[in-house]
Amino acid sequence: MTEGEQKLKIPGILGKKEKELRESFLQQVVNIPGGESIKKCIQCGACTGSCPVSYTMDVTPREVIALFRAREIESILSSRTIWICASCYACTIRCPQGVQVTDILYALKRLAIEQEIFPKRFPVHALSKSFIGFINRYGRSYEPGLILSYFLKTNPFKLLGMIPLFLRLFPKGRIGFLPKKIKGKKNFSRILKEAEILEMVVPVQEL
Amino acid sequence: MEYTYYPGCSLEASAKSYDESVRFVFKALGQELVELEDWNCCGATYYMSTKETISLVISARNLALAEKYGRDIIAPCSACYTTLYKTNHILKNNPIMKAKVNQSLKKDNLEYNLSLNVRHPLEVLVNDIGTDTIASQAHISLDGLKIAQYYGCQIVRPDRGLDDKENPQMMDSLFEALGAVNIYFPVKVRCCGGMLMTTYSDVALELNKEILECAHENGSDLLVTTCPLCQINLEAYQGKINKKFKTDFHIPILFFTQVLGLALGGTPEDLGLKRNLIPFQLKEKSQESIR
Repeated sequence: MTEGEQKLKIPGILGKKEKELRESFLQQVVNIPGGESIKKCIQCGACTGSCPVSYTMDVTPREVIALFRAREIESILSSRTIWICASCYACTIRCPQGVQVTDILYALKRLAIEQEIFPKRFPVHALSKSFIGFINRYGRSYEPGLILSYFLKTNPFKLLGMIPLFLRLFPKGRIGFLPKKIKGKKNFSRILKEAEILEMVVPVQEL
Repeated sequence: MEYTYYPGCSLEASAKSYDESVRFVFKALGQELVELEDWNCCGATYYMSTKETISLVISARNLALAEKYGRDIIAPCSACYTTLYKTNHILKNNPIMKAKVNQSLKKDNLEYNLSLNVRHPLEVLVNDIGTDTIASQAHISLDGLKIAQYYGCQIVRPDRGLDDKENPQMMDSLFEALGAVNIYFPVKVRCCGGMLMTTYSDVALELNKEILECAHENGSDLLVTTCPLCQINLEAYQGKINKKFKTDFHIPILFFTQVLGLALGGTPEDLGLKRNLIPFQLKEKSQESIR
């Protein structure tokens, strides 16, 4: 059992936590354009069949929708599914009922991050964190820095495995020496700060 | 026509040849690209899937900067294109989110008033300029060149009504007009795994193997793509795939603008061909002039 799962299984807290999770999630889902379509799912499995990585998921996309409707959000949040999704949108375009599957998985992922439901040194979260760190600092992404920061957060030994690739790309001029920064960095930080506050503001909407 | 150009972070580094070839192709066709002043990273799907409001604000800063010029904004990287397009779409449909975004942008005296169109260069070439016009300006025939047209995910999905989302035709018709042969390539919109190559490489290697296998079995000379991440996954990890699956792939992976640029008379230097890890050059017979 992961740390995150334990956190959710403490008796007594579960009720409140569950309620919070559900409300927060429902709020996020209705904000997605077409998010209310989750109610129309007919459990046909076109999403799972279309997904190129569903074979490695513990909970398939179809099951995610079913679990959600059965109010089993915790099982979804502690699954591997939301992290393995590569954002290819195959499920979304094939759904005969117009369920925005990919965007719903994003909403679940955001929720799992908010609730910190994942093991330590978790790869996808580490990569997100590294990526976001560079954007916040420079306004731009920086590939070598991203890879370095990611492996230091997860498995520093794997960095060695990246050296051959680096040596092949570098002479081709495909690796930047230093990160590029945007000019309006100061105001960019002010924008981010304001957005961070507004992120917490959830408008009251009828569910 | 003039367009506002949003290169994106990858096109300044690992996909430098995409930047070079896009600029070449537009210039050769008499179109002007004006790079957006002080653009920032779009945030990609990574930001979008972690912090919603902030991700939209980051992406919308570019739209606000571009709006002053009133030109359509074009983004060659599939991830940038999807993110900017999606931001535009969400802000146009969600007034609450638009208010939040503009309140944040105000801190830099910026505001986005929803007037922009976010577009991909492939679609601009096919719809604004037209395959017939492009073909009439091509100096070099691609006669007989067997191409696997790989669109990847994010240029056709989620549905934007620009092309068939299961069997897109834009690149196919463009290269057919230039004399190339489009091989049977049913995996043209299959996912390469994107950043899974870093996080879950076993899964991504498998996905890339299937794409390369299909191109190989159907006799392609090369594979063309529209996405920096697809390009690097398919090209830089081909050796690893060969080792893992005991295959013997040696398929050049080019940006569609590199091949289009060759037809328009570009030199390997113009199109960044020397940056490719698996070399590609046109065969002698297809280098004869059409006219």
